[in-house]
Amino acid sequence: MFEGYTLAELGSIFAMQGFAGLILFSVFVLMALGLAIIFGQMGVINMAHGEFLILGAYITYFTSNFFLNYIPALFSAYFFVAMALAFVGAGALGMLVEWAMIRHLYRRPLDTLLATWGLSLILQQFYRSVFGAREVGVELPEWLIGSLPVTDVIEVPINGLFVMALTLMITIAVGVLMYRSRWGKQVRAVMQNRVMAGAVGIDTERVDRYTFGIGCGIAGVAGSAFTMVGSTGPTSGQLYIVDTFLVVVFGGAQSLLGTIASAFVISQAQSTMEFFLSGSMAKVLTLLTVVGILMLRPQGLFVLKVRR
Amino acid sequence: MRSGNIFLRRNEVLFLVVLAALLLVVFPMALDSFRLNLVGKYLTYAFVALGLVLCWGNAGILSLGQGIFFGLGGYCMAMFLKLESSSPEATAIQSTPGIPDFMDWNQITELPFFWQPFHSLTLTVVAILVVPTAFAWLIGVAMFKRRVGGVYFAIITQAIAAILTILIIGQQGYTGGINGITDLRTLKGWDIRTDFAKEVLYFVTVALLLGCLLAAQFVRRSKYGRILVAIRDKEDRVRFSGYDVSNFKIFIFCFASVLAAVGGAMFTLQVGFMSPSFVGIVPSIEMVIYCAVGGRLSLFGAVYGTLFVNYAKTIFSESFPELWLFAMGALFIGVVMAFPNGLAGLWQVHVQPLFDRWAAARAGARPIAPSAAAAAERRT
Repeated sequence: MFEGYTLAELGSIFAMQGFAGLILFSVFVLMALGLAIIFGQMGVINMAHGEFLILGAYITYFTSNFFLNYIPALFSAYFFVAMALAFVGAGALGMLVEWAMIRHLYRRPLDTLLATWGLSLILQQFYRSVFGAREVGVELPEWLIGSLPVTDVIEVPINGLFVMALTLMITIAVGVLMYRSRWGKQVRAVMQNRVMAGAVGIDTERVDRYTFGIGCGIAGVAGSAFTMVGSTGPTSGQLYIVDTFLVVVFGGAQSLLGTIASAFVISQAQSTMEFFLSGSMAKVLTLLTVVGILMLRPQGLFVLKVRR
Repeated sequence: MRSGNIFLRRNEVLFLVVLAALLLVVFPMALDSFRLNLVGKYLTYAFVALGLVLCWGNAGILSLGQGIFFGLGGYCMAMFLKLESSSPEATAIQSTPGIPDFMDWNQITELPFFWQPFHSLTLTVVAILVVPTAFAWLIGVAMFKRRVGGVYFAIITQAIAAILTILIIGQQGYTGGINGITDLRTLKGWDIRTDFAKEVLYFVTVALLLGCLLAAQFVRRSKYGRILVAIRDKEDRVRFSGYDVSNFKIFIFCFASVLAAVGGAMFTLQVGFMSPSFVGIVPSIEMVIYCAVGGRLSLFGAVYGTLFVNYAKTIFSESFPELWLFAMGALFIGVVMAFPNGLAGLWQVHVQPLFDRWAAARAGARPIAPSAAAAAERRT
């Protein structure tokens, strides 16, 4: 598949596709971080994860319209407000869902899958009824439009860079929260041995609720970031859910580092192959490879060693 | 009949008679041919639900990829029917006569090698049984030998369903793409589009379904079925007792996949086309809900659950299309949260004890306490 390209051309193709892959990587990481917390730490399969993401995207859309209509002077900064709102909105809904549904199902992980799938159907129809079936996009503030030329063939879009920077920040924040804070320690303790954690005085129910809430909140922020690179419709969330689960499983469900590494590998493979093959074949090959490797290493690339 | 029979217990014979009477007598008499054909279509999903009762309810393996096998069976049948309807005479206006129309549109001039066997009905029937089994065996060996189970198995089968859908849609020239294989006309010269043919196919479907139900019940009742339940409940203990757990799981997964494939083949015959929209993630999860609504531990429940959900879906989407997803979502949540054993569970807890008491009273014995009878029933 490399015939007909000179070495220099191949180099710039790889650089270009590599960059496109980096944007895809950011998207995957943002989606997968929330899922890695919920699935990896709690063992709950949240099939409605994509819908929480869409919620964040809709919140961003409304915030941008609000700023545009009422306080246009501050429009260039709307995004940060939108992100905070998306986090709070999706997080609050997540905590509500945990209280109403998930906490009754901790002993039956497969059933959380069905129940949250039902939730995702309801949310999708809710979005369609309330916001319309049409896809919506946000208007970008001026400082996010345009691109930076790196060499004469390679150009880097600024909104892509922004999303990548955002991903980096959120990842670091999650890493600090999970591995450096007192709260993160409690989460990990509860997930490794619930009974023992309860015995040493950790309020496990509260930890569960906040963990789920934060996972969903991060999905909301991811949705907010998504509006920078694409448009949003009621069913957009479903398109990503399998990819995201594979990213999390492939990386090793309990390791955030693994999630990031597998998101990187999958996105780069996909984006590089897309240039040489059709998009659908690239996707098939990538997913097949991931499934194949998962059969060899069922626990994923990065396994957290835990005595059970 | 004595209650020790390996196929059915006494009340199950009654259930079977009721189900057979409903499907073979009541529906054909009460429904017009359009509705009857619709019921026939629902029943093809019931094959999948039967497989899921064995696989998920009995063995604890939740496969979110049953659409794969339903689709494989359906596509095998569709390929045979398509070849029959693309005879050189019927396709004379194409640039290459004698190949299916969608291949012609996609500039393919020669029938691909994997289409060749589908010229023969015998090979097609063999393929309907063997292709899904082989595929399920491959997945099963790769997963169960490596001790992949539970949630991971569900996610990976789901991913495989997604892969297959993308592949079918992407390879338009070989598979008909997103439209699927359409415009199927005859089976060995017998027009399958007439009302009469659809009625005959309905009865064939019912007969096959009842046969599969008996076969599935046999598997459940055998020693093998009881080992499966043991694996579901405490896999490690069974393994330590010296059983090769993975082989048991592989077998039941293959068995469920064959059931799904038979359903898929009957679906193609009755509906007259096959498309990737029956293969992917959404239909696969819907098939799980048919089984869950009916009761994941009851074969009869699975059939009724399938009929009930599909009937509700048809009613809702005819009159209130936007309500359907709400209703479906609520059904998912309600069944999982409130009735983990579905309709069959409700029956066993609320209706069965009445029958038992009545039977006991007739036999002159003292009535059994309803709660004890219900508990005993739930244990079985």
